[in-house]
Parts: sequence; C-alpha cells; structure tokens
Amino acid sequence: MDWKRYLFIALIIIALFSVVIFVGKTQTPPLVIAMSMLATTLMVATPLTLGALSGVFCETSAVINIGIEGMMLAAAFFGWLAAIYMNTIFGYEPMPSLITGVVVAVLTGGIFGLLLAVLSITFKVDQIIGGTVVNMLAIGITGFLNRQLFFEKNSVFGGQVPHAPGTLPIIHLPVPKVVGGVCSLFTADGCPTFANALGKVFDQRPIAILAIVLVFVSHYVIFHTRWGLRTRAVGEHPRAADTVGINVTRVRYINVVIGGLLAGLGGAYFTLESVPSFEPLMTNGRGFIALAAMIFGNWTPIGSWAAALVFGAAQAMQINLQFFRDLIPPAWSFLQQSYIVGLTPYLLTMLILTGIVGKTVPPAADGQPYEK
Amino acid sequence: MSENKRSFQDALSESPLVVPILAIFTSMVLGGIIIAWAGGNPVAAYIGLYQGAFGSLNALSETAVWATPYILAGLAVAFAFKGGLFNIGAEGQLALGAVAAAWVGYALPDLLGAELPRYLHLTLALGAGTLAGLIWGAIPGWLKAHTGGHEVINTIMMNYIALNMTSFLLNGVMKDPSPTNVIARTPLIAETARLGTLFAKYRVHWGFIMALVAAAIVWWLLERTTFGFEIRTVGANPDAAQYAGINVKRIITWTMAISGLLAGLAGAVEVTGLNYRHELGFSVGYGFDAIAIALLGKTHPLGVVLAALLFAAMRNGGTRMQFMTQIPVDIISVIQALILLFVAADAIIRYIYRLKASEDKLVLTRGWGG
Repeated sequence: MDWKRYLFIALIIIALFSVVIFVGKTQTPPLVIAMSMLATTLMVATPLTLGALSGVFCETSAVINIGIEGMMLAAAFFGWLAAIYMNTIFGYEPMPSLITGVVVAVLTGGIFGLLLAVLSITFKVDQIIGGTVVNMLAIGITGFLNRQLFFEKNSVFGGQVPHAPGTLPIIHLPVPKVVGGVCSLFTADGCPTFANALGKVFDQRPIAILAIVLVFVSHYVIFHTRWGLRTRAVGEHPRAADTVGINVTRVRYINVVIGGLLAGLGGAYFTLESVPSFEPLMTNGRGFIALAAMIFGNWTPIGSWAAALVFGAAQAMQINLQFFRDLIPPAWSFLQQSYIVGLTPYLLTMLILTGIVGKTVPPAADGQPYEK
Repeated sequence: MSENKRSFQDALSESPLVVPILAIFTSMVLGGIIIAWAGGNPVAAYIGLYQGAFGSLNALSETAVWATPYILAGLAVAFAFKGGLFNIGAEGQLALGAVAAAWVGYALPDLLGAELPRYLHLTLALGAGTLAGLIWGAIPGWLKAHTGGHEVINTIMMNYIALNMTSFLLNGVMKDPSPTNVIARTPLIAETARLGTLFAKYRVHWGFIMALVAAAIVWWLLERTTFGFEIRTVGANPDAAQYAGINVKRIITWTMAISGLLAGLAGAVEVTGLNYRHELGFSVGYGFDAIAIALLGKTHPLGVVLAALLFAAMRNGGTRMQFMTQIPVDIISVIQALILLFVAADAIIRYIYRLKASEDKLVLTRGWGG
C-alpha cells in the first residue's frame, strides 16, 4: 500500500480525534482525550481488524468472502453459549468458561468458513451468493436458537438466560511504569499524567491485543513464507500455480477456513470481551465494514488494519462525544445526535470506495472458481 | 424400458421447476429434523403451518398481505440481477419508501392547510415512496457506474444509513405526538392517503394487485423493450454492451434506480395499504428475504411471484405453527436460508436426487473488478 493512502488514513484519524478534543478541551486536557480516543479506537477496531484479516486470507487465495458478518454473528452466539453452559459447570471460576467460549467461537467461524469453501470452491456457487447464504444461515440459526434456548420453558435452560461468566479481563501491560521510568531520567516527577494517559491505551483485553499481533503474523505469513507465496500464486494466476504442482483447491480450502477461524475470533469479541450477553443481529454490519477496510487496505494485512483503525476512530468519536454531550457548542449541535454521528463509518466507507485516494487492485483471480 | 426411464430423468433434470421444488422439499425435511430436535412434532408443526397459511379465507388473505411487499422487494432484487448487479439494499430502500409515504400521508394536509382529494393524496404518497426508493437505489448505481465503488458494499452501507436516518426521524420530528405513545412511529396517515381493501372483511388490499401488475410490467420491460434488452445485455457482458454502443453507465444507474423504485414501492404500499403508519423495525429482514425470493424465483418475474407467495405462506403460517407446537417462528428463517443454500448450490440437489448436471450456469454477479 502506498504512502499517500497511509497519509490519508492518518489525516482522517487526526480529524476525528480533533473533533472530540475541540469539544471536550475545556473540561479535560487534550492529551488525556487523545489517549482515551486511542484506547477506544484500538478496542472497537478489534472485530473490524479480525474481520478484515479474514477477508485478506480468503481473497488472497481468490475466494470473495462477504459472509464475514454471518461468521462473526454465529461465532458470537455459539462462543457465548459455550461459555455460559460451561459456567453452569465451573461455577465461580470464569476463566475456563471464557476460554472455552473463545475456542468454540473460533471453531464456529471455521465451520462457517468450511461451508463457504464447500459452496464456492467445490460447488462453484457464485461467491457473493455463497457469502449471502452464510449470512442468512447465521441470522436464522442464531435467532432461532436464541429464542428456543432462552425464551421457551421446555428448553435445557428452562426459558431463561443462565448466569454469564462476565467478560475477558483487562491485561495491564506495564507501560506506565516503563514510560515513568524513562521519563524520570529527564524530569523530576517522572511525568505521571503522560505515563498514566499512555498506560490507558495499553490497558486492552486479550482479543484486542491478539488481533494486533495477528496483523503482523498475517503479514509475515502472506508475504514471507512459502505458504503465503503459494496462496498469492493461487489468487493471481491459479493455472500457473496448478502447472507448477500447487493444489489450487487445497490451498483455497485452507485459506478460507483460516479466514473463518479469524472471523470467529472477531465474533468472540462481541459476547466474551465487549459485553457479556448476546443480542440477535448484534454484529450490526461490522463484518461488512471489515470487508470495506480490507478493500481500502488493498488486500494487505497492515493496510487493512490501518483502514480498520479509521472506522474504529469514527466509532470512538461517537462513544467519546457522549461524555462531553453538554459541552457541544450550539453551532455544532448535530454532534449531539448519536444517529447522525453514527453515520460517519458508513459514509466514510462509501467515500473511500469511490476511489478518492486511488483505486485498489484485488487479486487477479478474485471471485472466479477454478476450472481445470 | 430403460431408454424411456432415462429420457424421463433427462426431461426432469432439465425442467426449471425441479430444483426449486426439491430445494424446498429438502429444506422442509431438514427443518423438520430441527423441530423434532427442539422437542416438537414436525408433522403437527407443518400441519399448523399449512392451516395458518391456507386453512381459511382469512389465512389466505393474510398470506396475500405478507406476499405484497415480498413480491415487490423480490422483483427489486431480481431486476438488479438481470443487469448483473446485486442489490442488498432493498431493506433500506423499502424503509425510506415507507418513511416518505408516511410523511406525505400524515403531514401534507396539515402543511397545505387543506384536505387533499383522495386519489391525488394517495398517488402523492405512493409517488413519494417510490421516489425515495429510486433515489436510494440510484446513488449506489451511479457510484458503481462512475467510480467503480462496488454496489454490494455501498447498498449495505446505505441500509445502515437509512436505518440511522429512520431512527433519527421516527424518534424526533416524525414521532407520533400523541401523549400515550412511547414507540418510535409516525402518526396515522390521513384517510385520503389509504389504499382500499379488496374485500370488506379481510385485510388484503389493492397493493397485492399492484404488486402483481408490477411483476407483469417488469416482465414486459425486460423482455419486450429496447431498454430491457440493454439491461440484460449489460448484465450478460458489459464489455460487449459497450462495444455494441450501449451507454453502460447510464444503464447501470437506471437499473439500480428502478430496482430501488420497486423496493420503495414495497415500503409505500405497506404504509398506505396495511399499517397506515411507519414504525421502526418493521422493515428489518426484508432485504435478505428479498434476495432469497429473487434467487428462488430464478430472477424471472413469475418465479418471483411464486417464491414470494411461498415465503409469505411460511411467514404467515409460522405464527400458527408456533401457537400449536411452541416452536419459535424463527425456525422459518432457518428453513428459508436452507432453501437459498440449495437453490444457489443446485449441484447439491442434483447430486442428492441423481439429476443430471445443469448445462446453463446462471451468472448473477461479478467479482470486485466487474
């Protein structure tokens, strides 16, 4: 991805941060607002990042995945179901239940990834239709089971939601201590305000941290390993790849299932990390925004992550503006309307897809089934 | 003897109805297994479903009521497919069509300070709804034609924008001001903006007839006019269409605009014919249902009408099924998703029932580059 695109991303993020700083600066120091925005951005970008990585793996091997939304929704439900079920067994110890939940969520994503692979690779179904099937099945199954298990008296849970094991805990990385230590070399007090504000940014929960690690792991896998080279070959020119002995079908299957597993981890974010409950349709379009992030990120892991952060920042603006609701100047009163501010990620997506910052190039064979 | 049998199987394999019927049958069987797993009696459930959908004149009327927006929204998606475009935005177009029709229905008389003549007011309300849908469809169409922004993503984004806008309006300026109201909904529309019912005792209204007429017009437009020919040519091969002198960009924009118009009409008809107001959340789910209906009907207008009637029967009968067997009506969504799965992947059906592979592949959409 070229530097102009990263510059554009940086400018949008700065603009979104500036709005909140501008509104809240009389009450809270700009630095604290900026750090708080950064912390929220990293947090809410998590499912977008993982969804985009899911798309990157699928589409680098030339399988379009518009089923990310459905994969995340199904994973969110089944991961949560597993966690609350295990919680009825383990009782007061939440961690084993939560970890089981995450594992089940990831596997659920993998199973839906396998479904997409069977449809689009084996049966050569139009891939956008195949993704739509995944989305519809996920909405149908989660809606049905949610009602059947928790609202029907004759179900295993007796018609009510059992006690949830809570959410995954925050991991306190020792950043404030390190920064304070470095700072004290230059100043007398060790700049506690800055250190603490910065520390907040790094107080993230496990899936958010894992998502960032996975961005770089994916980058390494796709661009610096033999597997990645094969995957790219299959996505760009499957016939040439086939001629040199690469099994096109196998490579695509594995990548689409990897994509499903990643979307599954993104789904776990919703019910095991963000809130300890499930709502029908709770992914609320994040899978599709992730897809847009992947396109804007030019089908690369790091580019997709950067784009996911733009959407994360837009959402973070909406969240952080709530704290400063009363400080919004009358001329900017539209910022008080959360429905209007909530439009930002969607409008940004459409703006970005117009190619305002240059066209992106999908893998050459993207969307085409391979016929021997 | 075996010669005859073979040719019979060949004929069966080539019939356009065989795969949809077997897809529906297979999905119902799988649905029955799920019902049995959930502790219900599948036979009782399906009897309940049938009675709820067709068991009485009122049930038939209610099925037609459900079918009305399904036919129009299904036609919207099918029309876009003909032009090689995938409109996932029927839900947003429908919602805005409903909002616009409702606004004209309740606010215009106050604004003008006078009652409007019946048919004029009704025409304006329906016109506003279709116009809103048309605009909401034309935007992603124009973006596709002129910037290459993919309509799949853009129509989805515009669904969420429409949802936010509707929430904003129905919780704000358009909210029903009556003191007892706590719901995000508009006031009731004026009598002059309402579509009449077909029979005195039943809810089925003229919108059902309008939907059938719309299907006929769509068929005529696509199959009997130059414009329709151009749409189908662009859908089949945009490069060839360009070479043949067709203005591809104009056709893409108009295909999406008309697609949006049909979905907007669906919303306007629901408001003027059935609910007499728009309420937040009523349009949820129509977009995906419309896609399934368009695909089940193989994007042919008559097929869309039949598929819409089937989906309507299942939705309508589902309530009685839930009442009789305590199986949540959401099972219908699962069965409908399975139907879409088997219609899309007809190779699975052909494999299960030992039918011959289909020669012609229905190419509906193209990848990101297209």
